[in-house]
Amino acid sequence: MSIPLTSNQVVDRYFLEHRAKALDIAAFLDRFDRAATAEGVATSATTTDVRVGALAAALDLVRDGQPDRARRMLELWSDHSVDPIASAHTKGAIGAVPLNARDRT
Amino acid sequence: MYIDPHVHMVSRTTDDYQRMALAGCVAITEPAFWAGYDRSCAQGFVDYFGQLTDSEPKRAAQFGICHHTWLCINPKESEDIGLAREVLAEIPKFLDRRNVLGIGEIGLNKNSRNELVVLEEHIALAKSRNLLILVHTPHLEDKMKGTRIIMDAIVSHGVDPGRVLIDHVEEHTVRAVLDRGFWAGMTLYPDTKCTPQRATDIFEMHGTDRLWINSAADWGISDPLAVPKCREEMRARGHLEQTIRKVSFDNPKQFLSQSPNFRVV
Repeated sequence: MSIPLTSNQVVDRYFLEHRAKALDIAAFLDRFDRAATAEGVATSATTTDVRVGALAAALDLVRDGQPDRARRMLELWSDHSVDPIASAHTKGAIGAVPLNARDRT
Repeated sequence: MYIDPHVHMVSRTTDDYQRMALAGCVAITEPAFWAGYDRSCAQGFVDYFGQLTDSEPKRAAQFGICHHTWLCINPKESEDIGLAREVLAEIPKFLDRRNVLGIGEIGLNKNSRNELVVLEEHIALAKSRNLLILVHTPHLEDKMKGTRIIMDAIVSHGVDPGRVLIDHVEEHTVRAVLDRGFWAGMTLYPDTKCTPQRATDIFEMHGTDRLWINSAADWGISDPLAVPKCREEMRARGHLEQTIRKVSFDNPKQFLSQSPNFRVV
């Protein structure tokens, strides 16, 4: 089952929606940086916040020109460890794991 | 005409039933899930199972919607194995009720050892009663790992994957689920899981066999009309009506009809 739209039709139908989403990401990072600057803590370029770091890494992936970006982005944000953890200390998920510790157990 | 095969109507208003019926919904299935707080005892689940098998079908019937359900203690409350086993002991008392399709939504939340123990006891119960299984896969960063552990557990119990629906698949899990012979569900949420656009992309990339869409509408940010909105997305792209019907009616009907309790009229 292939996509029935032409590439031009894809752009015509979805560009404005995704232009807005790209602006939202930029505004989010600006907002984070303004808050961090006011607090005197690290901004988005150097923050240790896992989620902001994961978002920045994902933006690199978006621009790499390779296929399956959505799948690869989800994999980038995923826990790649194999074994069950000893116990659940929380019910929630935050949306990303530390990029340097994705194989946590 | 469509089926929403995963929606938590106990958390929704009667207005939602009305709007779903107007949009063409003829049948739903409602898995047991987390109420947003931990229940303090097994009796709380007994009351909930009564709601799912008695009160809610009557509410749905007012709008011509056939209501079905799945029973379990959900993975978010499975860390307490003692409580989970008390609830598991209550479930067989409800399995003969006429709208019960099977065991669900079972699975994992944080991929912990206790969650896995409780999951395996649910799988054993389903197998012993030859019941269908509806699986919840974990959220966000825990989904990929949890989906693999869940599939391994089901296969190790000798359950036919064709009688198991693995829900909440996304781009990084859908292929593995389908390749192992399971059915797969895509949940349409505004912020997490799939949007109607991404679900349609996944149909285009992975086909429409053994794959369905649902709203999983509940007490959180969700949309009880997500399935008809995805149908409109597919229609706007130019997909055939028979394709749209397949993913939103024929596929759920085919899987769910493996239970003698499923009906659409």
